[in-house]
Amino acid sequence: MSHDASTGAAGKTGGLTLGRLLQSPLALPLIGLIVVSILMGLASDNFFTLNNILNVLRQVSVVGILAVGMTFVILTGGIDLSVGAVMALVGTLSAGMMVNMGVPAAAALALGLLIGLGIGLANGVLVAWGRMPAIIVTLATMGMARGLGLIYSGGYPISGIPSWISWFGVGRIGIIPVPVVIMVAIYAVAWVLLQRTAFGRHVYALGGNENAARLSGVKTQRVKLAVYGISGLTSALAAVILTGRLMSGQPNAGVGFELDAIAAVVLGGTAIAGGRGLILGTLIGAVLLGILNNGLNLMGINPYLQDVIKGAIILLAIYIGREWR
Amino acid sequence: MLELKGIRKSFGKIEVLHGVDLDVRAGEVHALLGENGAGKSTLMKILCGIIQPSEGKILINGAERHFADYDQAIAAGIGIVFQEFSLIPWLDAVENMFLAREIRNRFGMLNRKAMHRRAAEIMRQLAVDVPLDVPVHRLSVAEQQFVEIAKALSLNARILVLDEPTATLTPSEVEHLFKVMRELRKQGVAIIFISHHLEEIFEICDRITVLRDGEFVGSCAVSEVDNDRLVEMMVGRRIENNFPAKVPVPSPAPVVIDVEELQLKKGGPVSRFQLRKGEILGFAGLVGSGRTETVLAMLGAGPVQRCRLRLNGTQKRFRGPDEALAAGIGLLPESRKEQGLITSFSILQNVSLNNYGKYRKNHWFIDLKKELAATRTAMAQVRVKAQGPHARVDTLSGGNQQKVVIARWLNHDMQVLIFDEPTRGIDVGAKAEIYALMREFTQKGGSIIMISSELPEVIGMSDRVCVFRSGGLVATVEGDQIESETIMTHATTGRVEHVA
Repeated sequence: MSHDASTGAAGKTGGLTLGRLLQSPLALPLIGLIVVSILMGLASDNFFTLNNILNVLRQVSVVGILAVGMTFVILTGGIDLSVGAVMALVGTLSAGMMVNMGVPAAAALALGLLIGLGIGLANGVLVAWGRMPAIIVTLATMGMARGLGLIYSGGYPISGIPSWISWFGVGRIGIIPVPVVIMVAIYAVAWVLLQRTAFGRHVYALGGNENAARLSGVKTQRVKLAVYGISGLTSALAAVILTGRLMSGQPNAGVGFELDAIAAVVLGGTAIAGGRGLILGTLIGAVLLGILNNGLNLMGINPYLQDVIKGAIILLAIYIGREWR
Repeated sequence: MLELKGIRKSFGKIEVLHGVDLDVRAGEVHALLGENGAGKSTLMKILCGIIQPSEGKILINGAERHFADYDQAIAAGIGIVFQEFSLIPWLDAVENMFLAREIRNRFGMLNRKAMHRRAAEIMRQLAVDVPLDVPVHRLSVAEQQFVEIAKALSLNARILVLDEPTATLTPSEVEHLFKVMRELRKQGVAIIFISHHLEEIFEICDRITVLRDGEFVGSCAVSEVDNDRLVEMMVGRRIENNFPAKVPVPSPAPVVIDVEELQLKKGGPVSRFQLRKGEILGFAGLVGSGRTETVLAMLGAGPVQRCRLRLNGTQKRFRGPDEALAAGIGLLPESRKEQGLITSFSILQNVSLNNYGKYRKNHWFIDLKKELAATRTAMAQVRVKAQGPHARVDTLSGGNQQKVVIARWLNHDMQVLIFDEPTRGIDVGAKAEIYALMREFTQKGGSIIMISSELPEVIGMSDRVCVFRSGGLVATVEGDQIESETIMTHATTGRVEHVA
């Protein structure tokens, strides 16, 4: 690992020893991932098949992409509750433009991305310049986005979109599902942004000590604007995959996904107060969550009980994570 | 009534109180005097059981007492009104006074009537008329203070500590407070009064005790001293060393920053000053005199009513530290941990935090090699002692942390640096190095504003000194006038300029 132990920016390079590995903030999420995988493998013969693993990754991709934007926001010390609702709204509007308004499908998808970005930027303006708490701002925009999607669609899914869009949801490149490829690409871009640009450092600086960052001359408001914008954009990207998978615009899709995304970020070792965490950790957290879902399904456990188990595991993980430091 | 004898207190290896005595009698107002950092607050914390003395005795009415915590001190009849109030803003006066010891009826419910009655009784005793049913944040500062005093009295305090109660009051509110204090004195309450405003000491106090650098200087009746004698007792004669020699600033030096008019609050005092090229301009004054606020207002980083300033002759208005940075003005704030550094960052990340323009690669990316090289250079320049550029700053000593902040700004080519308490919490050796760095910066043509509460530092480092009091500049001194008594006199009795 060539990561600084705390903030993940470029650090000392050195031999890869067990000690160094255990000090990495990724150690705990990785151990969790391995332990849960082994348990699932023991419980179900089907778990460790290539097909199942690719399937898990494909299932993970939507929440995994939402969690990228969420990571940026949480690293600055904020939160974005609107991601699931924005995703549903963007999917619904894109499908509506294709089906009802005769907009070319590709243009409708692109417009969808712009809408997502726009909502995210609006969140950012309200948080940074409106000086309102992020949790309240995004709670409000979550409700508005959900409501607007339902108004536009009348509450019904909008189907009849061109069949090639399904490629985004269920297509494959070689044996790898397209959503997985898209997700990995987004994580790669996010990694570069966070680790190799001044913007990334400023994101960490904001979460580490906003006051110090501001007094040093960092344009803190613009950084905030950008992270919420990114979160809106990743929500819209997730919407493209979801639309492809469902072959329709679903105004009711993604309820509660914001919570899964937050869980993925936190399970990945990012501090909920910001300043510390790695984007790779979020990927591990998202996969961990996906494996839990998949494994508990394979074991045939009552879905209501699954939620209880997942909640307990998150609590346990956070507790261990705190004791670990 | 109350006697403190031979109180010593050490934090780690550093002793901050070296055997202090304090003797307060019933029915007197006793002033506790001393510069910032003289040990007044520490002594009061010991009296209130918040911290424990390393040595010494506390006697109340002749009996020795030990306070393990604040509650025990309260039980012994000690009440304190801190500079920062401890009221809950959204609760009303009654609720605040009875917080955590609410009067309940036999069903376990709040007995508001009984509490209200008791509160009104105490307010009558104080001869004040404070609305009891509105949230305290809607009360004036003075009224909040009366609530605090009433709270202490409701706990049967016979010894009342008022820590700079007048700092935030208007003159008429101060009068009212004094009336209340006289009333309490009549009732036999012993009051320990901390204030930096000497005229108040003469108006209200009966006796004084002076501390200096943690030493007990003396106690006497107010009638035995005059203003000059008080200042002398507070300031004393001290050895001033460790400061690099002052180099005369070539005259006439060009003016870098010309603050033509700066007003913090509506109706508040107006300050004017100039910063010249190559000089260190000291900002002296007591804590809360408005020095930091003035600087933040200049940069657009704090509240300001009016600000007109010229930078190198051109009218400028900064809307934030980022714009000041672009204009070549950098701030090194008072609290390194809270305002200066990202403590979870490495030295490298802290140094380059606001300077990525310097190492770009392909426009978008950080050139990590260049960044590392520049950080090493900057670290060597200020002689940071650390394992390397990747050491986390929260593992460094205070002196090295300050050097990291300095390195950040030297890494830029800044024309003005503003140091707020540059050596607070820093050991002697590192202090000298920081002074040398500051001098080096001005000799290369940079200018410095240095806010400092340590008089020797102000005197030893400044080419000119602006003295602040009550939110505004009261005097600018230079040359031979830069000595402690002149500065202290301005800081405690100077008059600010008001503009309607």
